[in-house]
Amino acid sequence: MFRYYVWLALRSLRRNPVLTGLMIVAIGLGIGASMTMLTLFRAMSGDPIPQKSAQLFVPQIDNWGPDQREKSGEPPQTMLTYTDVEALMRAHAAPRQTAMYATGFVITPSDPQQQPFQAEARATYSDFFEMFDVPFKYGSAWGAQGDDSRSDVVVIGKKLNDKLFGGASSIGKTVNLDNRDYRIVGVLDDWSPQPRIYDVMDESFGDAEEIFVPFTVAIDRHLDNWGNNNCASLSDPGWEGHLHSECIWLQFWAELPDAAQVQRYRGMLDSYASEQQHNGRFHWAPLTRLHNAREWMVLQHVVPDESRILLMVSFGFLFVCLVNAVGLMLAKFMGRSAETGVRRALGANRRAVFMQCMVETGVIGLAGGLLGLALTGLGLIGVRAVLDKDMSSLTHLDLVDVVLAVLLAVVAAVLAGIYPTWRATQVQPAWQLKAN
Amino acid sequence: MLKMSHLAKVYRTEVVETYALRDLSLNVREGEFVAVTGPSGSGKTTFLNVTGLLETPSSGQYLLDGEDVSQLGDDARSRIRNEKIGFIFQAFNLIPDLNVFDNIDVPLRYRRMAGGERKKRIGEALERVGLSARMRHYPAELSGGQQQRVAIARALAGSPRLLLADEPTGNLDTQMARGVMELLEAIHRDGATIVMVTHDPELAVRAQRNVHIIDGQVVDLTEEPRFHGVHPATHAQSAA
Repeated sequence: MFRYYVWLALRSLRRNPVLTGLMIVAIGLGIGASMTMLTLFRAMSGDPIPQKSAQLFVPQIDNWGPDQREKSGEPPQTMLTYTDVEALMRAHAAPRQTAMYATGFVITPSDPQQQPFQAEARATYSDFFEMFDVPFKYGSAWGAQGDDSRSDVVVIGKKLNDKLFGGASSIGKTVNLDNRDYRIVGVLDDWSPQPRIYDVMDESFGDAEEIFVPFTVAIDRHLDNWGNNNCASLSDPGWEGHLHSECIWLQFWAELPDAAQVQRYRGMLDSYASEQQHNGRFHWAPLTRLHNAREWMVLQHVVPDESRILLMVSFGFLFVCLVNAVGLMLAKFMGRSAETGVRRALGANRRAVFMQCMVETGVIGLAGGLLGLALTGLGLIGVRAVLDKDMSSLTHLDLVDVVLAVLLAVVAAVLAGIYPTWRATQVQPAWQLKAN
Repeated sequence: MLKMSHLAKVYRTEVVETYALRDLSLNVREGEFVAVTGPSGSGKTTFLNVTGLLETPSSGQYLLDGEDVSQLGDDARSRIRNEKIGFIFQAFNLIPDLNVFDNIDVPLRYRRMAGGERKKRIGEALERVGLSARMRHYPAELSGGQQQRVAIARALAGSPRLLLADEPTGNLDTQMARGVMELLEAIHRDGATIVMVTHDPELAVRAQRNVHIIDGQVVDLTEEPRFHGVHPATHAQSAA
């Protein structure tokens, strides 16, 4: 019977092309608007490492005091001082942990044909790569020994390896960074978490760096911080002054696989802050926080509030479109009460009438979904035109979006069709036949 | 075939009760051709609706083919309408978007009949009404008489136990009406049980038996049925 209902639906849609077109356009517009925003929102709010994000934690330590706190009383620090990072690294209270900051180099290719160029880099500890499930194409991270020995080693990204070494394994070769040769120990495979979960403070969306150097080496070499640097008071001049200042400029992550370790880590943070108070560095009661990656992305508004509002508005628009579709379907189904009456007289029970109308709404929804998909494509082209490059690279339709758009359209159409369909099943055949 | 005992149909509103049928009792034997006559507003259409299970009686008993169908639910009534009753309406009630073949196919679809069987039955029904050549025509492409023949074919295709005709010639000119009546008589001669509602005495007189309804009650039942007389089974049952 399903095939018969589909056949009837297609005939019914052809019978009144204007009404059919209006219904499909109503649903298509709603789907197009909501899917455009949903695609953008999903891209921005996605969890790039869902298998780990609940185990990766960011500590906050209030080193500025109550005067600088937010109205809610929460600490404003989104990063840590070098002093605190060093202390946390020494405490080693987590199975894996890393401090990091954004920096950069001028790369001088060994090929004289290639010009020197500037590239962003990340100074980090070796644990970083396992903590964030970073894939390697060749080699591996430098390991704890590399951290401790302060070796001139480096991990480079796939694009840089392609550029400098034609994509071949470059393990053991050197790359010249700021006029110093660094030995390549690892080459990453394609990796670009969106949002860039490990550093949402500097740039939430964008490509991962192509160069990773040991944090210890970066500190030794006085590699400049290319990221944010927030100070509540003046610091002493020079690199040493910067390191011992109360300026926050370093990200810190700890991997804590279970609740007990999280609890212990919280205790360690509080103890450390209390110790700082006793030492006279903090003149206030200790205030620390520990958030996992998912909480951190929400707290740092990785997804702008405007996006949420736009998403809600777009779904409101879909609702308005569906209300219109309800009216149009009601007009369509009630307009053929006579036919329904005949079908009922000839043996169709209410369920059969219900199924016929539901299949028709499903077909309308499918057509609306396909139109909505095309409009979503256009919408995303528009979004790309107004967003910057890093963000616009996120806005593409994948198979999940396509399935979601069509499914949403069919479900929306079927929901919109329930009341008109119910009304159609209430047609009294005797009255309709008499009216004829 | 059809036995109604003390049937009543009451339409109630907040302020008034209207008796469309009251204490109506009627037997129709298998193979009979009964004409139901009566003035406008007498309850003929309500009688036909109740007989065709399009409406349920308010009280009384209605046995169709030995089964009490007085208070069946929607599913059961739909099934019986589909399997046992064929409808012929004054306004033909063909679905304009479907061609002749697909119109006749409608009740067979709801019976979930296999495609081959449906095709065979539709072909036979169209041959019976003389419209085999018009299988792919749409209702708007047919004359009134042809449309009514399609409606009759639709009613016949399901091999119903009972044919209900509501003013089957009401929308036709004299010549077409004559043709349709001759077709109904031929169908009856083949053994069909027909109940026809009409206000036309000339048509009524061509049925075996006349039942007159006034104010929802049977007031005059012709005791001696007239026979078209060629179908032995019909004759025997009627005589009995």
